[in-house]
Amino acid sequence: MTNHIDLGLMLRQTLSASLYSNLVTRPTGRAVRTQIERLLESARPDGHALAIIDFTHVSMIDFSCADEIIAKLLQTSVAHPTLESYYLFRGMNEDHWSAIETVLERHGLALVVELGDGVEIVGVLADGERRAWEGIKRRGRAVPADLAVELGEPESDVGAALDGLWRRRLIMRHGDAYTPVRELA
Amino acid sequence: MTTVIKVPQSLDEHSFEQVLEQVAGLPEDAKMLLDARHTKWASPYGLAAMLTLGQSRAAAKATFAVPDADETLSYWNRANFFFYAADVFDLQGVVPRRSPAGESQVLLPLTPVAKTEDVHEVVGHLQQQAQQIIATELGIDPKAIVGFAMTLSEVCQNIIEHAGCGGWVMVQTYDWRKRLGKRVVVIAVCDAGVGFRGSLETAGHRAPTDRWDDAAALEAAVMRGVSRFREAGRGQGLAGVRKYLARWKGKLSVRSGTARIAIVPDWDDDAPLLENMPQFPGAQIQVTIPEQAHR
Repeated sequence: MTNHIDLGLMLRQTLSASLYSNLVTRPTGRAVRTQIERLLESARPDGHALAIIDFTHVSMIDFSCADEIIAKLLQTSVAHPTLESYYLFRGMNEDHWSAIETVLERHGLALVVELGDGVEIVGVLADGERRAWEGIKRRGRAVPADLAVELGEPESDVGAALDGLWRRRLIMRHGDAYTPVRELA
Repeated sequence: MTTVIKVPQSLDEHSFEQVLEQVAGLPEDAKMLLDARHTKWASPYGLAAMLTLGQSRAAAKATFAVPDADETLSYWNRANFFFYAADVFDLQGVVPRRSPAGESQVLLPLTPVAKTEDVHEVVGHLQQQAQQIIATELGIDPKAIVGFAMTLSEVCQNIIEHAGCGGWVMVQTYDWRKRLGKRVVVIAVCDAGVGFRGSLETAGHRAPTDRWDDAAALEAAVMRGVSRFREAGRGQGLAGVRKYLARWKGKLSVRSGTARIAIVPDWDDDAPLLENMPQFPGAQIQVTIPEQAHR
């Protein structure tokens, strides 16, 4: 199931009556993240969930708030191997990026962001993971053996990179195959 | 007996130390008259720190003799100084009526910061009222104003997360011809709370050496991002501020207790660390961003 979360709207609901659209302060970030987690808990009957986190109506985010929302959501999704929670970030611009980049670097995290017509992974990736991601993005769907041939790398290495990306919830797994994060039916 | 404390003619982060030197050693309940009659000018730091001094002397409310000069009175009034000073001092002299909201030319007049909503208000105000002024007066790329707002947010949060009591913030641009030959925008955030050392000690963050004092606490928090909170992401607010200041050749100074640490850009010759200063509670932070050279 796909959930669309308008962060600007959620912020205004969290602050009740605030006219501002800035994601600032750690308590604000904590309150917004808690709301997102509650929403996803109730919408995860089969253990799979995709949340589209939409920054379109957010003017800015500071370091503390980025740490509370982005870093902790990503860390939680990785920490639960049985629950597949994916996040796709939409509407991010330069005004958001400097705080988010700092937080991703600090924690060694990466996230999936919509850019133009496609998706990209930004943040901290190992070289092998980066090559595997580029291959998956080109092919749309791939099993390790096919991607290994294309990349000219051992299947075990490519398989490990894909598995690593999936465990970080940066790509989706469907049986033996992997795809970029995309909306769930 | 009342001790008269002379307030310097020009009150900024350096000359405010002259005030503290006179106050140091006085018992908490000592009667005190802060004589600002001959003061002509004050920076955001000077005004915010003065309120903090009043806040820290709650045991015996000090008297504050307001400036004689009309221009000074008018500016301090537009900066909201007298409005808040009336709570922490007994004001002596002719105090002007508070300026109606919207008349002030101060980017962000003295504003109390005690809770999360205050930070939203402060950042929102800056974005609505001051963004264009900072961009045009200082030649800073409008896109970089977001970093300025982030910096403002993080330094204000220092009060909420660590001080244990409320403080004040003020933002203003002014000509800094004497020192720099340029315009600057200054953020001052001051509180009279537990200070950096007190905050870190609540989590047992004593350095594993014999040296543990205000200077060591400032080095840990400001330079190494150590926080009283154990979570991995804590402490990155000031780290982010440092990154922003490096990009725009800005200066950060943080005073707490008996020490003051500064990240000093090449345009300034301030000391990176000062110790054995007069004791002053809480934390007093100043961020200075100069006009950009490429204009």
